[in-house]
Amino acid sequence: MSSIKIQLKQSQIDKIAEICKQFNNDEGELINVLHKTQHTFGYLPAEVQEVIARELKIPVAKVYGVVTFYSFFSMLPKGKNPISICMGTACYVRGAEKVLDELKKELNIKVGETTPDGKFSLSCLRCVGACGLAPVLMIGEKTYGRVSPEGIKDILKEYENQ
Amino acid sequence: MMKYKMHVLVCGGTGCKSSDSDMIAHNLRTAIDQKGLTEEVQVVMSGCFGFCEKGPIVKILPDNTFYVHVTPSDTTEIVEEHLVKGRRVERLLYKDPQRDEIISDSKHMGFYKKQVRIALRNCGFIDPESINEAIARDAYQALGKVLKEMTPQQVAEEIKKSGLRGRGGAGFPTGLKWEIASKSPGPEKYVVCNADEGDPGAFMDRSILEGDPHSVLEAMAICGYCIGASNGLIYIRAEYPLAIERLKIAINQAREYGLLGKNIFGTDFSFDIELKYGAGAFVCGEETALIHSMEGQRGEPTFKPPFPAVAGYKMKPTNVNNVETYANIPVIIMNGAEWFASYGTEKSKGTKVFALAGKINNVGLIEVPMGTKLKDVIYDIGGGIKGNKKFKAVQIGGPSGGFLTEKHLETEIDYESLTAAGSMMGSGGMIVMDDSDCMVAMAKFYLDFTVEESCGKCSPCRIGNKRLNEILEKIAQGKGTIEDLELLRNLGNVIKDTSLCMLGGSSPNPVLSTLDHFYDEYLAHVKDHKCPAGQCKALMQYIILPENCVGCTACARNCPVNAITGERKKPHVIDQAICIKCGACVEKCKFNAVVVQ
Amino acid sequence: MIKITIDHKPIEVEKGTTVLKAAQQAGIHIPTLCYMHLEDLNIEHKPGGCRICVVEVKGRKNLAPACATECLDGMEINTHTIRVLNARKTVMELILSDHPTDCLVCAKSGNCDLQSMAHQLGIRKIHFEGEQSTYREDTSPSIIRDMDKCIMCRRCETMCNNFQTVGALSAVNRGFMAVVAPAFEQNLDHSVCTYCGQCVAVCPTGALTEVDHTNSVIRALADPTKTVIVQTAPAVRAALGEEFGLEAGTLVTGKLVSALRQLGFDYVFDTDWAADLTIMEEGTELLDRLARHLNGDKTVALPILTSCCPAWVKFFEHQFPDMIDIPSSARSPQQMFGAIAKTYFADKIKVDRKNLVVVSIMPCLAKKYECSREELGHDGNPDVDFSISTRELANLIKQSNIDFTALPDQDFDNPLGESTGAAVIFGTTGGVIEAAVRTAYELHTKKKLPKIDFHELRGLDGIRQATIDFDGLPINIGIAHGLGNARKLLEDIKAGKSKFHAIEIMACPGGCIGGGGQPLHHGNSKVIKARHEAIYKEDALKPIRKSHENPYITKIYEEFLGKPMSEKSHHLLHTIYFDRSKKNVIISDEHQAD
Repeated sequence: MSSIKIQLKQSQIDKIAEICKQFNNDEGELINVLHKTQHTFGYLPAEVQEVIARELKIPVAKVYGVVTFYSFFSMLPKGKNPISICMGTACYVRGAEKVLDELKKELNIKVGETTPDGKFSLSCLRCVGACGLAPVLMIGEKTYGRVSPEGIKDILKEYENQ
Repeated sequence: MMKYKMHVLVCGGTGCKSSDSDMIAHNLRTAIDQKGLTEEVQVVMSGCFGFCEKGPIVKILPDNTFYVHVTPSDTTEIVEEHLVKGRRVERLLYKDPQRDEIISDSKHMGFYKKQVRIALRNCGFIDPESINEAIARDAYQALGKVLKEMTPQQVAEEIKKSGLRGRGGAGFPTGLKWEIASKSPGPEKYVVCNADEGDPGAFMDRSILEGDPHSVLEAMAICGYCIGASNGLIYIRAEYPLAIERLKIAINQAREYGLLGKNIFGTDFSFDIELKYGAGAFVCGEETALIHSMEGQRGEPTFKPPFPAVAGYKMKPTNVNNVETYANIPVIIMNGAEWFASYGTEKSKGTKVFALAGKINNVGLIEVPMGTKLKDVIYDIGGGIKGNKKFKAVQIGGPSGGFLTEKHLETEIDYESLTAAGSMMGSGGMIVMDDSDCMVAMAKFYLDFTVEESCGKCSPCRIGNKRLNEILEKIAQGKGTIEDLELLRNLGNVIKDTSLCMLGGSSPNPVLSTLDHFYDEYLAHVKDHKCPAGQCKALMQYIILPENCVGCTACARNCPVNAITGERKKPHVIDQAICIKCGACVEKCKFNAVVVQ
Repeated sequence: MIKITIDHKPIEVEKGTTVLKAAQQAGIHIPTLCYMHLEDLNIEHKPGGCRICVVEVKGRKNLAPACATECLDGMEINTHTIRVLNARKTVMELILSDHPTDCLVCAKSGNCDLQSMAHQLGIRKIHFEGEQSTYREDTSPSIIRDMDKCIMCRRCETMCNNFQTVGALSAVNRGFMAVVAPAFEQNLDHSVCTYCGQCVAVCPTGALTEVDHTNSVIRALADPTKTVIVQTAPAVRAALGEEFGLEAGTLVTGKLVSALRQLGFDYVFDTDWAADLTIMEEGTELLDRLARHLNGDKTVALPILTSCCPAWVKFFEHQFPDMIDIPSSARSPQQMFGAIAKTYFADKIKVDRKNLVVVSIMPCLAKKYECSREELGHDGNPDVDFSISTRELANLIKQSNIDFTALPDQDFDNPLGESTGAAVIFGTTGGVIEAAVRTAYELHTKKKLPKIDFHELRGLDGIRQATIDFDGLPINIGIAHGLGNARKLLEDIKAGKSKFHAIEIMACPGGCIGGGGQPLHHGNSKVIKARHEAIYKEDALKPIRKSHENPYITKIYEEFLGKPMSEKSHHLLHTIYFDRSKKNVIISDEHQAD
């Protein structure tokens, strides 16, 4: 998994320690700890995982092994407007791949990447459960249904000044 | 719910919420308030109605009027016309696409007529965030009954008698599972609900949790009583924020009402539930993987035995069932095993929820009795194929299910018949395909998924699925050989035969079943280098029909690689060696002269 | 007992027996790849991951892994139906399709479980082609990780986490890209790895191998300006023969000396000599700490822990940094030897230390790392220049066309070659402490030991304890081999629950005889047991069996060091430890670019 290097501030280290403590520093709660930490920091850089390992008293290799196992966890910061495109079967058979191709072309990034200006990141997800609206994409918390490749430009325009 | 004269139910499922149903409810309330009807009409944000294709849906009780594709701007009209004047808003009513007639009452709609809603009994009828509404529809009565009138053994017996089988995929008899867990010794046991629905194109568990969370909580408590556990855990996908929110509300309400927690119904039975979050790993649907994930580990499956019923979460006896299985429990207890067993076939009792999607008119969530014919689901409930195209195949059971074809349309759906036909019940995804869907591409789509979701622990799944996928890619590129088809078949069978868990044990199904039923389509790719469905890009050719081409040069001017040549006013040609199949020429041609072959 | 049939043979097995073990009883050898059972060490690894051992069980839908499936009464098992053979071969081909086929130049060639399995299954063609999973190669001071060759048997992960509790390795990523790696897929030298080499010892392929120094040794031997001397650790002589087809447990001390001489070493010495020296220093330190402790000095920490094992040293530096004052400050015998060789002996033969090359033959991979520790050298010139493993030595001997088994027995050179039985037993668990007891008892009581053999300290149990009567003073001894067992004893000390005065710790199972540099045991723990017994046999044959009676040890104290724990001893024979727990994450640039 690719990653970037950061320097943690003491206040951030304290925050992680606090999250671990909420879960009684129990190693069995590792996944809940990671969820909460990612929610707080937006992603899980190596330095953050080191702190979690220390607090839960488990090898950092193990933390990394868990982080890289689950697709929900990311070691890279997401864009300001994270775009997730549903690649569930219902969306696939209704043309999600073409929508994805258009997005890649329009943003000039691959899946899993963030635009150089940090504005958009692109990821795939498996079924948001809105199959009636297929194909579906989400930008942040907002869902867009019955998306077509032609409509992508207009959707992205909404975020022009954000 | 009794004091109001009318109820307006607005679908609050994820699909409809994505289409602004929150705003619809808000506008309805405002309009009702303006008309001074607040005392008479209640607006309820309910769970999913199932008919997602037509969302957002607004339903009015008591007359059962079913409005479809409602937008926030339609709300004033609904209030003024329907609620005030008692006239239905015709333009928002459902129109049967086959008979072209308007149907206002959902009971008479083809989509609902053949459905029997047991697991989904409350979805779309109650406000899932109100325990009172759930209780008004008998929630927690079954729990009261088992605690006061039944022994744990009797509970297990009743479930066994009902014939209920696990709805998560494998179809293991639920009562037997409970009995084994109840007989496992130990003071510390766990009841786990698998809500990590990971199938692409399946959302039944999500709908139940969003629409009727109390039925699951109640069932887990009943299971706790039966097996002797006081701890419940719901393992839920973190990507289901609405379901999580509603579960949290439901758990808190149940605790407030003393329906969870210590000494439930004044008995010495105590039971509480906490949430554990999945993090995006399909393999965690496998119960041993799920348990490892709940323990904070990589979600890798381990060899069974020991079964979770003997050594599960924290190595303690654990019962794992999925959401839909639990949702059936309270009604079985209340209405009796015989009632439940009166639905279904000899070996598969009750109903099954399916997420119907793909190239079908009525996309949505449906529940039918076991034994319902496939064609009834596709044509009567599903309303037939979208755009009047030809039905080609239906893929059932999630990414590891198999493809069924026209010759299976008479099949009566149950665990055994689906397996015999080369598919499986799985968790209930049902994706319909028409003749523009290439079976090689579809098999590859599913393989892409399993390759990405394989945990990597055992070699056949880790490497085998990758190789299957590569061979499929080769075929889709037109570079496959006849030997590759045999290789696919042997490899697929070996992966099924040797994999550690059911993910690998079933992942080749899409390949094997398409090889069985659509061998000719594979042959066309391999021998003729053609994709009959016109989906495999590498095998497509853009050509210009000379009889249609007027020589306007639009295509040539827009071709990014200058593959098109020709004199003005004369038919143009595409140089296939240069063409990158971008499709720009098709878009630009106003004379339908460019076609894909 | 339950009744089953395997390949139509009816047999009776105990309840709970796996199909694999039952088949063994019936004389049927089902091939396995990821499975590993080191019976005498109580290590069983059965992830059921490779699926090579699948068999057909009547009535079962899919094939069953023999390693993990328990026999049930009436089970009918077939181990070589066409279905099984086809599945096994196909799975093997799959594994090979994601494995480089550079066997001819692979370090593991001829000694590779994967290679022998491919041979055994008669694989003649790999029907699958496609992407191979590739990873960056990782070279550390001791271990090379070439994960392109990893088959995900996960034995290394089990050794590193369950047995050693080091936690340097974990399975990472998933699916096709799943591999075993340190955190953030960085190099081992950025991790908590102790270089014990147990991962290497169990790796069935060439994914994990030692850093090979044989060529450096060949070059040094060929350099006319260098005087090259060699020391050889006790455990080597009990295992080297295996590389030449001799039975495990065959002692080859004399042939070893001949071979080293034939290779061209100028002096062939013995690490055992330095082991005797270690006992003098460590034993004295023990008695000193004990005396002060008994006199009520609260600043003295007990128990004293041995410090001969560099993997163990690195382990506590990472994992128990607040306890780095507890282990003995005595250097390991390898480093004591180096320090003396490059001072005392260099002076004696009038060679500048820069022109004196010290090579060590070790059963160990951590010793390579130990040589590279800065504090164990002088002005950038290491006390020991190259440490090569038993396996590398075997290779060197083979390369030099030496017919090892036909070699005559020869003796070590002096003055650094004479040793006692006490030094020999350094090679196995319990040996260091027994050697220390033999000396400390006599130094403390000023009496002769009534019996030299302390059977109560011997054995292969992971944690052992005994109380030795020092003429009225009961001394509690603890012994652990395997870092997981060591951890338990350390946790007790930390919690103030330890009642021991002295503890011996060795990182590897069985001690150095089971070291990461030894001939591969291929999962057969009988091999380790045989070496264990050979070590005690050598001890029993030695004319002198107590370190303080070694005349060359007496001599060096008289001529050079003065007395144990003297200032000179402190300078040359003792060391310091570092807190390695606070290392920050370092991500190399090339990693960022991934």
